[in-house]
Amino acid sequence: MDKVISFPKLDNYDIPAFYVLSHISSLKIIKPSKITSKTIELGSKYSPEFVCTPFKYTLGTFIESIEKGANTLIQFGGGCRYGYYGELQEQILKDLDYPITLDSLIIGGKTDIKRIIKIMKSYDPSIKLFKSIYYTLIGIQMIKYMDRIDDYIRLNIGFEINKDSFINLKEEMLNDFSHAKGLINLHRLYRKYYKRFKKIPINKPKDCLKIGIIGELYTLMEPSSNYEIEKDLASHHIQIKRYTNVSYLLLKKRKLVKKYLKKLKNIKYRMGADAVDNIYHTKELCKKHYDGIIHIKSSFCTPEIAVMPIINKIAKENNVPVIFFSFDTNTSEVGIKTRLEAFYDMLEMRKYNE
Amino acid sequence: MNDAYLGIDIGSISTKGVIIDKDNKIITSLYIWTEGNPVKAVTKLVNKLKEQLPSNYIIKGIGTTGSARKLIGLLLDANVVKNEITSHAVGTLSLYPNVKTILEIGGQDSKIILINNGIITDYAMNTLCAAGTGSFLSSQAKRLGVDINDFSEYALKSCNPVKIAARCTVFAESDLIHKAQSGYQKEDIIAGLCKSIVLNYLNNVGKGKKIMGPIVFQGGVSKNKGVVKYFKEVLKKDIIVDQNSHLLGALGIAILSKKYQINKTYNLDINSISFETKPMECMGCSNNCEILRIYKNGKMIDAWGNRCNKVIKL
Repeated sequence: MDKVISFPKLDNYDIPAFYVLSHISSLKIIKPSKITSKTIELGSKYSPEFVCTPFKYTLGTFIESIEKGANTLIQFGGGCRYGYYGELQEQILKDLDYPITLDSLIIGGKTDIKRIIKIMKSYDPSIKLFKSIYYTLIGIQMIKYMDRIDDYIRLNIGFEINKDSFINLKEEMLNDFSHAKGLINLHRLYRKYYKRFKKIPINKPKDCLKIGIIGELYTLMEPSSNYEIEKDLASHHIQIKRYTNVSYLLLKKRKLVKKYLKKLKNIKYRMGADAVDNIYHTKELCKKHYDGIIHIKSSFCTPEIAVMPIINKIAKENNVPVIFFSFDTNTSEVGIKTRLEAFYDMLEMRKYNE
Repeated sequence: MNDAYLGIDIGSISTKGVIIDKDNKIITSLYIWTEGNPVKAVTKLVNKLKEQLPSNYIIKGIGTTGSARKLIGLLLDANVVKNEITSHAVGTLSLYPNVKTILEIGGQDSKIILINNGIITDYAMNTLCAAGTGSFLSSQAKRLGVDINDFSEYALKSCNPVKIAARCTVFAESDLIHKAQSGYQKEDIIAGLCKSIVLNYLNNVGKGKKIMGPIVFQGGVSKNKGVVKYFKEVLKKDIIVDQNSHLLGALGIAILSKKYQINKTYNLDINSISFETKPMECMGCSNNCEILRIYKNGKMIDAWGNRCNKVIKL
């Protein structure tokens, strides 16, 4: 049987993943489709009820990909319960009589490059090592560029003069990125689009509201799992700061967490996933005089539940309001919108009435 | 002609309307049940308010708040549509400028708002479950065969309120049935219910918040003297309950509509408007967004619920 590969969806990061895989191998790859309510329905139907939401979302995506013909699935794995998703999802899918294999890239919280190469070789023995390294580098570079552009967008999207000008240009950019011809070509594309983004007319007041959003990584990065909270913030003309993105997790996190642990005197353990990072980022947001902090997580996310009281305390000491949200597959959107709107109103009152 | 401003608070259980003059004084007000149909309730409310309004006033602004604020905002062409938290704070501050804590228990939600020097500094809302709110009280009143208006009387009569687990509506209800079946007096059960509302509120919504006086208690449940009594008892502080405590959200939004008025006059002729909502499932992709289209006088004025930028056709 021919191997047909697929992987979970996470914002637009499926573009570099597809790019790398399609250039290094001749395997057939199924791009994960956009997360829709059908995905969520499928995912929650076959998931344990109290598992965290990323499990449900990724399982739903897998099922949709399998129905399109995929039989070899790649799960990322990670430093919390996410690390066990692969095995459990494989079992669930096999119980549903899907003839699939599933591999996790990260096992036991460690990224073993040799193991990943072995996995890739087992998919397609004709994969060449040198070519793989080259295209993986392009993939990583693409992620870096995407994240840099996203950082710029977050600073300015709330103040665009022509509606959707940022989103439309971003779509154009991602489309061009996916057809990049090499490292140099990709860099040129990035320069070109960076200039074009800078030219988008904005009307940004100096004392605009600034909000930092922190929390659990999947919920932060996948807009469909957080009810497009960033879009909502932008529509209220707010500057957004988000630390977590793939280039942070992939390239910076390991070093930075050691630094954070040294600087945070009261915290000795890592507490799993992004717990330490979030505590440190809360401090940094307070120091940089952000007007408010939004902490989001999927329901039942243990590391984030553990940091909530600490974040609350830090924010209180610095007199910065913080609001917490837990998202599940059946959270009422209206309830979230009401609480968010009140949060913006409160921040505005605090900022401009004093 | 004098200027007047209409504020409407459309809650899950009741719909409140006030008309204020330019000094924020209430000219006329009304409190009716929503009965699951906000458009019908508001039509009734506006017609009655119009009758009650002296003819030398002219409406210069309309504001809507509450869970149906967006829909009714469209219906009445309101100049301000705001969430309940801001409206309640503004309304209360206009009467009690020194207030530090606002406790609010409504039909389906409850909130706490902390205020410092007239500015909201912190707030919390119940987490998407109606435990310990007005709808719970009214459903239990029905179960006990007591009119909700007599609830206060019963609660105040009791000397030993029973203990009722208040964490979750379902558990509270089974606890209550158990107590009733084992022979406790009705007034003790009702008093226990009122106390459980207070404890549930302070443990869930007020968790970790520093409650400082002056405290104002408002929302529909504030009319229940039993709940007020136990708030005083548990907090060991004085609680202010305004005579219009059920109207403060509507008052707040009326004040906001005055603040943001756009030089427009409203004639409140609601009967001549045909207003219709049509639900639809979009078949554009597998997300199948539930879209609600709003028609006013036969013309589509808005559509909600779509996630993408696809234009919705008529």
